[in-house]
Amino acid sequence: MEIEIIRIIFLTVVLFSIGILGVLTRRNIIVMIMSVEIMLNSVNLLFIAFSRYFQDLNGEVMVLFVMAIAAAEAAVGLAIVIALHRNYHSIDTMDIKALKE
Amino acid sequence: MEKTLITLAMWLPLAGFVLNGLLSLRSKPANQSLVSGIGIAGVLAPFAIFAYLTFNLDILHLTEEMKEFVLFSWMSTGTFSIDFGYRLDGLTIFMAWIVTGIGFLIHVYSIGYMYAEKKDFSRFFAYLNLFIFAMLHLVMGNNLVILFLGWEGVGLASYLLIGFDVHKDSAADAGKKAFIANRIGDAGFLIGMFLLYQLTGTLQYSGILEFFSVHSVAADLLNVIAVFLFIGAVGKSAQIPLYVWLPDAMAGPTPVSALIHAATMVTAGVFMIARLSPVFLGAPEASTMIAYIGASTALFSALIALTQTDIKKVLAYSTVSQLGYMFMAMGVGAYGAGMFHLMTHAFFKALLFLSSGAVIIALHHEQDMRRMGGLFKHLKLIAVLFWIGAIAISGVPGLSGFFSKDMILEQAYTFKNGGPVLFGMGLLTALLTSFYVFRLIFLTFHTRHDGVADMEHHHDDHHGHGDHHGVLPVSWNMKAPLVVLALLSIGGGYVGLPHLFTHETPAIVSYFDKVLEYSEGKSPSEASHAWKNHPTESEEQVLMGVSILVAVIGFLIAFLMYQKGNARPLPDGAARPFYQAWSYNKFYVDELYEFLILRPMKKLAEFAYKIVDVKIIDNTLDAIAAALVAIGNFFRSFQSGVIGDYALYIFLGMSFLGMILIGGVI
Repeated sequence: MEIEIIRIIFLTVVLFSIGILGVLTRRNIIVMIMSVEIMLNSVNLLFIAFSRYFQDLNGEVMVLFVMAIAAAEAAVGLAIVIALHRNYHSIDTMDIKALKE
Repeated sequence: MEKTLITLAMWLPLAGFVLNGLLSLRSKPANQSLVSGIGIAGVLAPFAIFAYLTFNLDILHLTEEMKEFVLFSWMSTGTFSIDFGYRLDGLTIFMAWIVTGIGFLIHVYSIGYMYAEKKDFSRFFAYLNLFIFAMLHLVMGNNLVILFLGWEGVGLASYLLIGFDVHKDSAADAGKKAFIANRIGDAGFLIGMFLLYQLTGTLQYSGILEFFSVHSVAADLLNVIAVFLFIGAVGKSAQIPLYVWLPDAMAGPTPVSALIHAATMVTAGVFMIARLSPVFLGAPEASTMIAYIGASTALFSALIALTQTDIKKVLAYSTVSQLGYMFMAMGVGAYGAGMFHLMTHAFFKALLFLSSGAVIIALHHEQDMRRMGGLFKHLKLIAVLFWIGAIAISGVPGLSGFFSKDMILEQAYTFKNGGPVLFGMGLLTALLTSFYVFRLIFLTFHTRHDGVADMEHHHDDHHGHGDHHGVLPVSWNMKAPLVVLALLSIGGGYVGLPHLFTHETPAIVSYFDKVLEYSEGKSPSEASHAWKNHPTESEEQVLMGVSILVAVIGFLIAFLMYQKGNARPLPDGAARPFYQAWSYNKFYVDELYEFLILRPMKKLAEFAYKIVDVKIIDNTLDAIAAALVAIGNFFRSFQSGVIGDYALYIFLGMSFLGMILIGGVI
């Protein structure tokens, strides 16, 4: 059974918005990273869907790249989180304001 | 060959300036023999080269190509191009002789005069060589831009030397005054140059002379150009109304007064008029104005000189007065006479200045004639030399001043536009000249034999020369140049024996007629022929007789008043009859300028400072700065440092861009 492409686009938009809301509203850095993962995966889903819709393998190749980069990003991000926790004893963004001036 | 020699002659003084300048930068005073050796070499070498060129070239018969020595192309834009080059002709070599010859004598004299100034000795000689360098460029350049370069260069050297005594405020002020008065003239001179360029399309002398030999230009345009060029001469050569800087320039050391402010630099304006003679000869109204300004300056400054008490001030006003004579000659088209007087004046005025310098040194830097008197028995040679200079300047027959002054007076008399008036002014000036110069001699050398003793106490306490007593001896290197100058003052006039004696055109006049001829048959004498009447022989005899008579009368009045009558000048604060007070206070011209120009200028400056600068400009800038701070504070409030906020900004920004993008697609 073919699912209509528009439904998948709708799903990915919802997923991406959930990710954005997570990044913007949550104060826990780990949750923010997780939200970023949701956004990435929503895009992946869209790639797969279009790849199938247009019968073009380029989209699926792109997904593999995105997954590799997401893994690397998670590794770097979590390392930063550990370093932050060591210095600030907190991973709450409200406690980490070194960027201000 | 000639080109190499001329280049050497022009640049060796600069080498002297650099070497002595470097020596003066060391903290230890430099070896004085070395310094004077460098300084003398810097002026003697050019003198020797110019002498060699004079005797080895037929200066009067050089072709146009042989006169020009171009070193390199200086600047060139479009049709305008200026070469850096020199011009060798009868006029430039004449000036080069005076500049380097008198310059050499004064360098020698300066060794003696400045010997006590161990520390500033090398600085002094550096400046003197700088002056020679600039003055040579002024006279030798082959275009007006190089003349202007030298013109400004001598102004700089003059400024540096007037303010040589850097610790004295009065010297520094006098330097500034000279510089600023000259700037006013220079502005006019530049405008004159621009107008001349617009007319002829070149600033090269050869081009200008060629232009005037081919074209005849309307007199009204040339009048304007001539007036502007003359404004430059007014500043540099101290004529009314810009003469006020020259008397103050006497704050400089006496050799400087002799070299720069009497013999050479101040005659630059006269030289410039001779150099651009076709312009002035084509401008009869401007020339008449020049003649009248010259005559007024001569008379006016001679009146001031009558009552001055500073020995150098008398000579300074006398210089202004004699320069007035020269301009009177230039104005009536008697270029040969003007240049002749330039030369004889250089001789006798340098002699007078340097002898007065010897007196000043002998009396431990005393310049006030009221504290002098009876010096004849102490300074016999100097007194004799001073007498020679005085006789020469006063126009007693036989000495140089007589011939040149008489020639000018005669030429002025024949001038159609009010010749007798000019002659009268010149004659009165001659009377006054004779009076003030003999007054100076009697006051300094003859009357009041107790004067010197009186001076000694005065000086022991305020100059600290505790070990010197009485009149100091004058060293040989100060006397030798004086003797040479005295010989020149006596003999220098015989190149211009008057028509009355020889029944021929005076040699110097025909020389300059040949030199300044800018096309076939267009020499100054011929070009100004229409301006002149032609005196009969008996008229010439009367003119000469009258001018001799006034010289003698001036002498007799001075003799009766000061030698027989034992009159002494009054102290500074004393009440004077009004005619003396006006002369003594220089006709209040400085005060008038103070009131008319300086005070409004100061008001304007105060307005510019207190209102324009502090209130308008500062407040505007402050307001702009405050606005920027407020804007900055507003934007700073977005920088919370919280990562979520930045994420929001990114999101908003991306959304905005996305909307534009989608909107564009749709």
